[in-house]
Amino acid sequence: MFETLTDRLTAAFQRIGRKGRLTEEDVDEALREVRRALLEADVHYRVVRDFVATVRERAIGEEVLRSLTPAQQVIAIVHQELVRLLGEERVPLQWAPQPPSVFLLVGLQGSGKTTHVAKLGALLKKEGRRPLLVAADVYRPAAIAQLQTLGQQNDLPVYAEGPNADPVDIARRAVAHARQYGYNPVIIDTAGRLQIDERMMQEVERIKAAVNPVEILLVADAMTGQEAVRVAEEFHRRLTLTGLILTKMDGDARGGAALSIRAVVGVPIKFIGTGERVDAIEPFYPDRLATRILGMGDVISLIEKAQQQTSEEERQKLQEKVLTGSFNLEDFLHQLQQLKRMGPLTQLLEMIPGVGQLIRQQQVQISDDEYKHIEAIILSMTPEERRNPDIITYSRRRRIARGSGTTMAEVSQLLSQFKQMQRMMAELGQAAMGGGRRGALRGLLGGGGNPLAALGNGGLDGLMGGLPTNLPSGSLPRRPPQPPPKAGKHAKNKKKHKKRH
Amino acid sequence: MIFRRFFRRTQPEPHVQEGLRKSRRGIFREIVALFDRSAIDDELFDDLEALLIQADLGVETTQALLDQLRARIRREGITDPAQARELLRQEMVALLEQATRNRRVKIYQRGVPFVTLVVGVNGTGKTTTIAKLAKYHQDRGRNVLLVAGDTFRAAAIDQLKVWGERLGVPVISHAPGADPGAVVFDGLQAAFNRNYDILLIDTAGRLHTKYNLMEELKKIRRVIQRQVPDAPQEVLLVIDATTGQNGLAQARLFTDAAGVTDIAIAKLDGTAKGGIAFAIARELGIPISYIGTGEKATDFAEFDPETYVDALFFDDEEAA
Repeated sequence: MFETLTDRLTAAFQRIGRKGRLTEEDVDEALREVRRALLEADVHYRVVRDFVATVRERAIGEEVLRSLTPAQQVIAIVHQELVRLLGEERVPLQWAPQPPSVFLLVGLQGSGKTTHVAKLGALLKKEGRRPLLVAADVYRPAAIAQLQTLGQQNDLPVYAEGPNADPVDIARRAVAHARQYGYNPVIIDTAGRLQIDERMMQEVERIKAAVNPVEILLVADAMTGQEAVRVAEEFHRRLTLTGLILTKMDGDARGGAALSIRAVVGVPIKFIGTGERVDAIEPFYPDRLATRILGMGDVISLIEKAQQQTSEEERQKLQEKVLTGSFNLEDFLHQLQQLKRMGPLTQLLEMIPGVGQLIRQQQVQISDDEYKHIEAIILSMTPEERRNPDIITYSRRRRIARGSGTTMAEVSQLLSQFKQMQRMMAELGQAAMGGGRRGALRGLLGGGGNPLAALGNGGLDGLMGGLPTNLPSGSLPRRPPQPPPKAGKHAKNKKKHKKRH
Repeated sequence: MIFRRFFRRTQPEPHVQEGLRKSRRGIFREIVALFDRSAIDDELFDDLEALLIQADLGVETTQALLDQLRARIRREGITDPAQARELLRQEMVALLEQATRNRRVKIYQRGVPFVTLVVGVNGTGKTTTIAKLAKYHQDRGRNVLLVAGDTFRAAAIDQLKVWGERLGVPVISHAPGADPGAVVFDGLQAAFNRNYDILLIDTAGRLHTKYNLMEELKKIRRVIQRQVPDAPQEVLLVIDATTGQNGLAQARLFTDAAGVTDIAIAKLDGTAKGGIAFAIARELGIPISYIGTGEKATDFAEFDPETYVDALFFDDEEAA
C-alpha cells in the first residue's frame, strides 16, 4: 500500500536530512516533492493544495527552522497532518437500537461491492453475529449467483429473488425475512451505478427509504483517480453516506482516493479490503495508515494478525521451547503453517518498517511457493527426524529430497539453517535467563503484556529462521546455502528495528 | 464546497457518442471554458495545469503537454486564446497518435483463429468488454468463440455464459477452480476443430503486483503459443476510465507479463474520462484501441484519437 508515496517522501526528506539546518527554500523544495508524491498517489488536486499549504505554514515556523533535526520535524508535521486528514480515530460500525441493523453497500461498477458484502458478513459472523446477505443487484449478469456462491463457501445465508424482481422489493422483503428469523445485521449488495445515472440513483434512494439502513457504505476502488471525490460527493449528496470501504488496497501505489474522499466528503473510512480471500478485510486505523504512508511500516497490524492466529497458551508454550532450546522442526512446521494463515508473505513483509521499500528497490520476487517447498521437506521427514534432525544421514536426506520433490542440497540447506536458528534461540534463551540484557530480551521474547511478544514468538520466528530471507541479497528461490553469521546478524537487526517502534 | 460546482447531472444515454459527450461534462468542459479569456497569461497555464491533473493525466504528462504548448505559442507568436486551445487539442491528439502508430494491423486469416487474451485488474470490466468485442466481431460477420478463463471469482463463468446466451455465442468453460491453462487449451482446440474466426479469452482479474497471478498469466500465454505460434494476436488490457496514476503501473506490469498489445478503456460513460490513457500513451506507447461506454453490448467503439479528443473537448453540443 502507498509504496510510491512512501518512497517519494522518504527520498525528499533524505535530501533535506543530509543538510542539517533548513532554510525556507529547503522546506519549499521538500514540499514540492510532497505535492508531487501526493498527486501521483491520486490525492485530489485541491486537497493536495490545501495540505501543502497547511504543512508549509507549520514547517517554516520557528520550531522547525531552528531545530537541530529539521527533517524529523517536517516529517512529524506531515504525519500529523496526514492523520488529521484521514480522520483522527477509527469509527466503528453503528448498530440500530432495534434489530436488525441494515447495512447498504453502494458504489460504481467493479469497485468490489459483492465481494465486500461477503467479507463483511464473514467478519461479523466471526464476531458472533448472524448476518444475512441480500442480493439486490439484478442487473449485472450472474451477480446474484456470485453472492450465493460466496455465501455457500462461507456458510452465510443469502437472501435472493430472481433477476426480474425489483431491488427495492427485494431489500424490503429481505429485512422482513431477517426480522422473522432473527438475522442481524442485514447486508445489502446493490448494483454498481454511475453517480450521474439518474434512474439508478433514484432506485438506490428508494431502497434507502424502504429499509432505513443504519450504515450506508460507499465501496470505492483504491486505484481510483481524481474522480473519486466527485463520485463520493454525489453519492453522499443523494444518500448521506456513513462510511467508506476502500478496496483493492493490496496492490501498489495508491490510496490517494482515501485521503481525498475523507478530506472532502468527510465520511470516515471504516474498512479496507486487502485481497481476494474472504478474510481479507481490515478495520481502518488512520494513524497506522499515516505511519505507513511515511514508510514507518505497520507493525501493529502485523502483531494483531499474529495474535489472531495464536492463542496465549500456545505462545507461552512456544516461549518455553525457545528459551530451553527444545524448539524442533515439528514446532517450526507449526509456525510456518500459522504464518501462512496470516496471508501472503509479501504482504506481511511490507508491514515491517523499511522492508517494503527494500523489496521494491531490490525488485525481489517473493513467492509463497517457497513456503511449500519447506513444508514439503519437513512433511517428508519421519516424526523422529523432525524431533531430532541430527539423525538425518545421507540416505535419509536422499529419501526426504525424493519424497518432497526437492533436491538434496535444498534439504541440507534447510537443515543447516534450522540448526543456526536453534543456536540463536539457545543464545537468546541463555541471555534471557541470566542477567545483562535481560529486560530487553524479555520484552522481545514475550514478557508479560508486551505486544512484541506475539511477533517474537508467534510469527516472526517463522519469518526469520524459516524463510532464510536475506532480503537484500536477492530472490529467495534456489539459493546456495548462506554463510551462517550473516543470517544471524540480519535477524538480530530486524529485532532491534522492531523495538524502536 | 468547491467540488459541488463540478456536478452536471444528466439522463443516462445509450449511445457511444452520447456517452463520450457525457464524459466531457466536468473537467474537460472546464478546460474549454478556460480559453474564454482575452489574453494568454500565466494564470491560464496555472489553471490548465490544475485541470489536466484533475483529469488524471498525471504530473509528468501534464508538464510535458504544457511545455510543448508554451513552446509552440512562443514559436508561432500566438496571442489569441482560442488559437491556443486549438494548439492544445492538436498536441493532445498527437500524443495519442504517437501510441496509435504502434498498433499492430489485425490480420484475420482463414483457418487460424484470431486469439484475443483479455487481461486487467479486478473490476475493470473485462467480461463486459469481451461481450462487446464478441458483438463487434459478429457484426463484421466473424464466428466468435468465448473461453471462460476466469475460474477463480465466484460466478464469473456464469456471467460470461449469460452473455454467451444473449449474443448466441458458444462458451467453452470448465468447473470453477479449474486450471485456467486447461480451459484455454480446450478453447483453442475447439476453435481449430470447429473453425472459429475469433477466440476471446476471459481471465480472472488480478492485481499486477501479485507475482503468482502474473506468472499464471505467462503460463496461459505459453499454452496459447504452443498451439498457435502467432497467437495471441491481441492481448487486450482493460482499464477502468476512473483509474488514476496506478494505471501506468498496471500497463507496465501487464505488458511485462502478458505482452499487452492494445488497451481498452471501459466505463467512459461516467464523468471520468480516462485521462490516464494520455500518460500511458506517452510513457509506454501502448495504443488504445477500443472504448466502452455502458453496460450494453453495443456500447462500444474503436478508438480514434481525433474523435476522442474532439468528443472530450470541443463538441459544440455544449450550448444545448
